[in-house]
Amino acid sequence: MKLNLSLAQIATKLGDVEANLEKHLTYIKQAKRQGTDLLVFPELSLTGYVLQDLVASVAHKPTEDDPVFKHLLKASRDLDLVVGFVDEDARHRFYIASAYLSGGTVMHVHHKVYLPTYGLFDEGRFFAWGDSIRSFDTRFGRVGMLICEDFWHASPPYLLWLDGADIMLFSSASPGRGLTDKEKLESARWVERVSKAYASMFTSFVAHCNRVGFEDGLLFWGGATVNDPNGELLVQGPYFEESLTSTEIDLNQLRRTRARLPLLRDERTALVQKEMDRILSRV
Amino acid sequence: MFDLTINTDVAHQILVGFIKSEVTRVGYSRALINLSGGLDSAISCVLAVDALGAENVFALRLPYRTSAKDSLEHAQLIIDKYRLQSETIDITDMVDPLIKRDPNMSNTRKGNIMARVRMIALYDQTEVFKGLPIGTSNKTEILLGYSTLWGDMASAINPIGDLYKTQIRQLARAIDVPAPIIDKPPSADLWVGQTDEGELGFTYEEVDKVLYLLVDQRYSPQECVEEGFSEKFVNLVITRIRRNQFKRMMPPIAKLSNRTIGYDFLYLRDWGT
Repeated sequence: MKLNLSLAQIATKLGDVEANLEKHLTYIKQAKRQGTDLLVFPELSLTGYVLQDLVASVAHKPTEDDPVFKHLLKASRDLDLVVGFVDEDARHRFYIASAYLSGGTVMHVHHKVYLPTYGLFDEGRFFAWGDSIRSFDTRFGRVGMLICEDFWHASPPYLLWLDGADIMLFSSASPGRGLTDKEKLESARWVERVSKAYASMFTSFVAHCNRVGFEDGLLFWGGATVNDPNGELLVQGPYFEESLTSTEIDLNQLRRTRARLPLLRDERTALVQKEMDRILSRV
Repeated sequence: MFDLTINTDVAHQILVGFIKSEVTRVGYSRALINLSGGLDSAISCVLAVDALGAENVFALRLPYRTSAKDSLEHAQLIIDKYRLQSETIDITDMVDPLIKRDPNMSNTRKGNIMARVRMIALYDQTEVFKGLPIGTSNKTEILLGYSTLWGDMASAINPIGDLYKTQIRQLARAIDVPAPIIDKPPSADLWVGQTDEGELGFTYEEVDKVLYLLVDQRYSPQECVEEGFSEKFVNLVITRIRRNQFKRMMPPIAKLSNRTIGYDFLYLRDWGT
């Protein structure tokens, strides 16, 4: 089975959901024209990233009667979508969230579980922490979604893998940092390295979509990637500029790779559980 | 460990993108620079030209009667190279009446007056040219506080404030800033014979290494000494950084209400753009 996957590394307007929705619809139209099956947008693609006190005013609920999501849900009848937004729950907690939309319905919402609150980041001050990591079924097989800092930790991708995800969709709003004599910023090198590593270790497809554009002095570096189950880079978007990066992924590669390299078959989850129980019971 | 080398292509791409984005998103298309004839303003100017086009960059030369002649000439090299619109305003008539009020005025006070008068002239021209003033302060001087508050530090955006002076030199060579500007000793040119390094008491090359270890690499003072820097020098640098924190902030507001600007009224400048 083949899947046309596109990653929309867009720049957003900070706090202007309407303008960002318009851009989503434009990219969706373009992706549809070129035969995309699944289109992934970056973290907080509907709102912008450094929201601070704007959080409550840009929150939306992924429902059919929501003025933003009704358009996106309609568009998801033509192609599957992953969009980034601020999710407000019934008790008014605000989450950094990704929604997977398909066939006019919301298949899954992931709440970011790791909120970086150090260095230049201040997410924990403004957002609630997500508390679940779940894979879910799509028409392309089982998928898992993570948001930026989630995959700076090893456990969320590992849990998605054990929960059946063969396609991992990572989204980011990653500010560029660490200028050295090298051609790539340190932050880009780090993310590219771990994306490739997860694809290799979990013999899975790993797609990463990072936004571009500036917010004050922060530059988001883009550079969307798709790695295949062999850890080979299939496609990479440009740095620093908006782009729709597309590739066809052959889901049969999962079978070929895992026949050669049965890391999933041999993963000793009971041993992991036993040792985790021991380690965690000590503290 | 002391390698401050930067990839100048990446730096140039990011800084040009920054100027373009941050000027245009607030509805402007033009920028102004106080072109002193020194390296920092030359590099900010070239970056602005690359971001907005030469026709959209206005250069101001603001000499005082004691300013070095080659400062004007070096500024002109940039103006000629890019065929920039420019104006030269002698600030002597604005500065001297204030200086004459106190015969015992120190060089520091005089220098501060000049820097602040230049700021007034720059901001005044922003209304005429309909553009934003671009900053020219580098990371070394911002950390050391070697600048005048509300004077040469004043700008709408600063593309070069995260580059140390030695990195500025590297970028300048890569983007073809005229050699005489790169090669001359850095000077605020506020009085005759002034040089930055003479006034600071150390070279940029030395201090940039210590700043890089302390700030970028989070070395402790003791670890800097173990890397071969004198304790006295390290402590001098740390003291300068700490004592000049006030120059790097907006004035703190005394909190009274539940929501106070600066503490819990938090929005980026790019809010809504």
